[in-house]
Amino acid sequence: MRQISLREALNESLRYNLQHDERVFCWGEDIGVLGGAFGVTAGLIDEFGPMRIIDTPLSEIAIVGAGIGAALGGLRPVVEIMYIDFTPGCMDMIVNQMAKIHYMFGGQCRVPMVLRIVTGAMGENAAQHSQSFYSFFVHVPGLIVVTPSTPYDAKGLLNTSIASDNPVIFVEHKRTVNIKGEVPEDHYTIPFGKAEVKREGTDITLVATQALMHDALKVAEDLEKEHVSIEVIDPRTLKPFDKETIFQSVEKTGRLIVADEGWIHCGMASEISALVAEEMITYLDGPIVRVGTPDSPCPFSPPLEKAYIPGEEEIREAIKKLI
Amino acid sequence: MNNEMRIDMLRGMMRIRAFEEKIQELYLAGYIPGSMHLSTGQEAIPVGCCMCLREGDYLMSSHRGHGHVLAKGGEYKYMMAELYGKKTGYSRGKGGSMHFAHVAIGVLGTNGIVGGGIPIAAGVGFASKYLESDRVVVCFFGDGAAETGAFHEGLNFAAVLQVPVIYIIENNQYAISVPRKLSDRLEDLSVRAAAYGMPGETVDGNDVVAVYDAAKRAVERARAGGGPALIECKTYRWHGHHAGEPRDGLVYRKQEEIDSWKEKCPIRRLKTQLLEEQVVTEADIDAMQRGFQQELEEAVAFANESPYPDESDLLRDVYIAEE
Repeated sequence: MRQISLREALNESLRYNLQHDERVFCWGEDIGVLGGAFGVTAGLIDEFGPMRIIDTPLSEIAIVGAGIGAALGGLRPVVEIMYIDFTPGCMDMIVNQMAKIHYMFGGQCRVPMVLRIVTGAMGENAAQHSQSFYSFFVHVPGLIVVTPSTPYDAKGLLNTSIASDNPVIFVEHKRTVNIKGEVPEDHYTIPFGKAEVKREGTDITLVATQALMHDALKVAEDLEKEHVSIEVIDPRTLKPFDKETIFQSVEKTGRLIVADEGWIHCGMASEISALVAEEMITYLDGPIVRVGTPDSPCPFSPPLEKAYIPGEEEIREAIKKLI
Repeated sequence: MNNEMRIDMLRGMMRIRAFEEKIQELYLAGYIPGSMHLSTGQEAIPVGCCMCLREGDYLMSSHRGHGHVLAKGGEYKYMMAELYGKKTGYSRGKGGSMHFAHVAIGVLGTNGIVGGGIPIAAGVGFASKYLESDRVVVCFFGDGAAETGAFHEGLNFAAVLQVPVIYIIENNQYAISVPRKLSDRLEDLSVRAAAYGMPGETVDGNDVVAVYDAAKRAVERARAGGGPALIECKTYRWHGHHAGEPRDGLVYRKQEEIDSWKEKCPIRRLKTQLLEEQVVTEADIDAMQRGFQQELEEAVAFANESPYPDESDLLRDVYIAEE
């Protein structure tokens, strides 16, 4: 099968949905002529024109808020906020409006909107362009939170997100946008709430999201030579969350590591650990180990940034604690 | 302006006043739970604006939104049931006073977050333009909301998109307890329209005909594709910020000030004119008032007899089932 990058997979999904549903449109900062800060919307303005691919003013409250309104008015907006770091400025629109409108009006209004945001630390972007706090959104009832790691998952999950009547936070990790993988040319969807076992193993369950999923696969491959068998699971969506797939794996391995680039304290790794501790503790043969970012802002200086970003080294250390 | 319309205006304002007075009485007697914000004294604004609208037009409102919903065609009994937290309310008891919506008549929601509806309204207007419909959006909010970032971003984006949205500032002189002079340096908030490249005007918000004339100009312009407008209506809330506020607003306002605004009562003003011109008689007005009282008694009975939501409704409508 042909191989394309995660960026190209997303672009393909957007193009398909724009072609097949007149109600779909995109807006955000620099998504038109520039094609988006990470190139995901490249070329779309040429094909669909400026009425459907809209460069907005630098107004995150308006970008999200008016996206919500467009959804209420019958459209299916795909809205981009360039970096997750910029979402605190429009958090009211996300938390108080987008997430709650369906519920607080007794189910009358729908917000079928996708909010695409870029996450992750890479390339010395320092404290305000490197964060991964999507656990904020997982915390809020009413939002779907999608975190693909592979091009295949990215395309299938974006298709599902655009077709969903729920508001979706679609998280794209910087370190994954250029990763290539097999992606069918045909249209397909991947259901929310279905984790995938990316690599089977028997000794340790390693739940990993986005860029850390790729690091986890590399480590698992290396350790195979040392006769340590690691099962790598990608939750793919953080809300809804497929705990069953993880529970089944823990039942088999008795050991759990959770790797997620969010801050460890109150982050996604902690939440997943709590789920397993609460319901599966009798199956565990050792402590749960969490891998994530330390309790500090992301520093600028290259050696410091390297120390901040979790990756293969941190996963190896976590494994050492269990074997 | 023909007499029939002026009688409709009087009826519309009296209908809101009767509702607000009744629910205030019920609230203070402990029959209505939670908190609510009364619009007594401000009735000319929703009535004057909504008389310019067609059935399919949209309305977005604020935390002080009972009058807007009523003016757009909301019914006493479903509003009363919502205030009582009953399943038969407009929002199935999930919303209460601050979260009325009735999509069937174009009410896309009142909003508990000050200024929250402003950027959303821009998006609803965008949907209308995108779908080539001639529906316009009227978005009501107070002078407090005019100080938010959402106001700036929302109005600017509406202007950039040239969408059919009429923004109505109900300037009732106070943001809870903070008077206008501590909020900005402007005499007329409508001057801000110039900053966004849209027309703006300030009118006497207690003169229903003046409100109607200004709104009609803006609605006709928006419907013809002329883009958004800003109208400031100067008015006054007779009671405290919320029903049951200690000393009913006298902590930060003087009785003389309240009395002077009561002298400018929008209902008495039109009623006096219509009586002087012999367009209506005292008997006509009494009959209207009796009609509202009767309808309110029925609404209270309906609310009382209606069931509360089931406990199983707690998790209903958080998400829409995926297909």
